Amino acid sequence: MRREWFKFALYALIVLLAPLCVNGGYLLNVLVFVGINTLLAVGLNLLLGFAGQISLGQAAFYGLGAYGSGVLTASYGWNPWLALVAAALTVGVLAFAIGFPILKLKGHYLAMATLGFGIIVFIVFNEYVDITGGPSGLPGIPNLTAAGMTFDSDLKNFYLIWAVVLTVVLLAINLVHSRIGRALRAIHDSEVAARVLGVNARLLKVQIFTCSAVISCIAGSLYAHTVTFISPASFGFHFSIELLTMVIIGGLGSIYGSCLGAALLTLLPEMLRTFQDYDIVVYGFLLVAMTMFLPGGLVQGGGLLLSQLKRLWPGRGGNNA
Amino acid sequence: MLEVRDITCVFGGLVALDRVSFTAQRGEITGVIGPNGAGKTTLFNIVSGIYQRTAGSIVFGDLDVSGLPPERLARHGLVRTFQNIELFGQMTVLENVMVGLHTKSTSGLLACALRLPWQRREEKKIRSRARELLDYVGIPDLADQSAASLPFGQGRLLEIARALALEPQLLSMDEPAAGLNSRETWQLGELIRRIRQDGVTVLLVEHDMELVMDVCDRIIVLNLGQKLAEGTPRQIQENRAVIAAYLGEG
Ligand SMILES: Nc1ncnc2c1ncn2[C@@H]1O[C@H](COP(=O)(O)OP(=O)(O)OP(=O)(O)O)[C@@H](O)[C@H]1O
Ligand SMILES: [Mg+2]
Repeated sequence: MRREWFKFALYALIVLLAPLCVNGGYLLNVLVFVGINTLLAVGLNLLLGFAGQISLGQAAFYGLGAYGSGVLTASYGWNPWLALVAAALTVGVLAFAIGFPILKLKGHYLAMATLGFGIIVFIVFNEYVDITGGPSGLPGIPNLTAAGMTFDSDLKNFYLIWAVVLTVVLLAINLVHSRIGRALRAIHDSEVAARVLGVNARLLKVQIFTCSAVISCIAGSLYAHTVTFISPASFGFHFSIELLTMVIIGGLGSIYGSCLGAALLTLLPEMLRTFQDYDIVVYGFLLVAMTMFLPGGLVQGGGLLLSQLKRLWPGRGGNNA
Repeated sequence: MLEVRDITCVFGGLVALDRVSFTAQRGEITGVIGPNGAGKTTLFNIVSGIYQRTAGSIVFGDLDVSGLPPERLARHGLVRTFQNIELFGQMTVLENVMVGLHTKSTSGLLACALRLPWQRREEKKIRSRARELLDYVGIPDLADQSAASLPFGQGRLLEIARALALEPQLLSMDEPAAGLNSRETWQLGELIRRIRQDGVTVLLVEHDMELVMDVCDRIIVLNLGQKLAEGTPRQIQENRAVIAAYLGEG
């Protein structure tokens, strides 16, 4: 656990110093979105990397959070924090309820079912024009406020959102190093063996599915209050796939891997702007190269590299003569 | 202790088990033997709730446990090991045993995420108990190795340690000696006896006749899904039908 604290402190330090490195402006805005995507990736990784259950509908929970908060505050004048909690609770109940039938499915069938759920929610965002504003979007969502301060600048939003991210990362780290985390990994490796040892696999899968949905939902609420305008396009199928890519690139079953994956896939398109029209080609090339040469994800790849370097270093790492 | 009554199991057109009945007495080691495909693993799969029986019932203690799911049976004290070892390959040896202690701990998802004080105390207890169990089966030095890297024999021992973590009343082992050399098999025999001495009833499927005849109190013989014979090791060795079945005459 000491090592875990060290890693977390290092990560928190990097996060806190990041705004100084980009000295405001456009990149700071991007870092806010890195935070939101980190939340989403960590949430998905709990489900996919630890319990081994796929979800192609994460964008739907994200969208439900955004629209829940957006509609309740912009159209009904709710307090944003109250709206956030209400949305999270509702999505929690919803995910728990659909989790039981959906998570009975395995593999491709589970992928299809969650995909279907995502598409249905996407259609609802588009078609219920009276409530959601339809394809043209929902404007006029207020910023969050706390203790008389309004989170209306990138810097303020940066600290707000990253405070949430660091909290969620810490909770996730605690969880995966506990009996629940072990039971999840056991289900991933051999569900039958886990059940024979008394692990209630069905309930646990639904619980972690619910957690990951609620995390996505909170990310959605934060997103809505940051950008103040939302439209269905942000919550479509392609975004679920993007999240999946973040988690896989960072490394399944590694919380910091998801942090890295989210950061990379959010920053990369910005960096690749210099390639102008060719950015999509470079992006695709990187993806293919990654999955071909580092199938365990960046974090595992980095670990391998480190252990190789240690080996080469003379006079250290004693066990290799 | 465990009473299997007229268990029948049909896969499509294949009758894998045909009205099999027997009783495993408390504190005894009951062997289940039979040629390949006799239905031994199927019987275990039904007793541990992995497969559903077609007909019949299973009574454990004075509880009708027929049709209960594996996780419920485990909590009632019925635990098993697998013919093709089912370890959690991504975890260390110690963590595998810690999963076995899942039902011995209660911290929920929230308590774990928040690392509440009692959860941390519980975690410590789990860890030290898991080490004791590795000690018990004789692999204390392997605690931090990856479970996937274990050779077959030690993998078997780990699976047994993991099952014992639940403090089962009945431990069912499916061919624990398969793939072991003779020294390992002998050690396994000693371990099984020790487990029985500690008050666990044992159900043992095994092809290694020397081991079976050596440790079992009673033996059930299955052939082509039917119970062929039942008795003490001595009676079984002298039973003509059993000898015929093993020589392949049916
Ligand atoms: N899930 C299943 N679906 C269909 N048939 C099955 C299934 N499981 C077992 N069988 C069949 O049931 C019969 C009994 O198989 P079982 O695995 O119980 O034998 P066994 O006695 O354990 O054999 P072995 O000594 O080789 O392990 C076999 O004919 C097998 O093909
Ligand atoms: Mg078998």
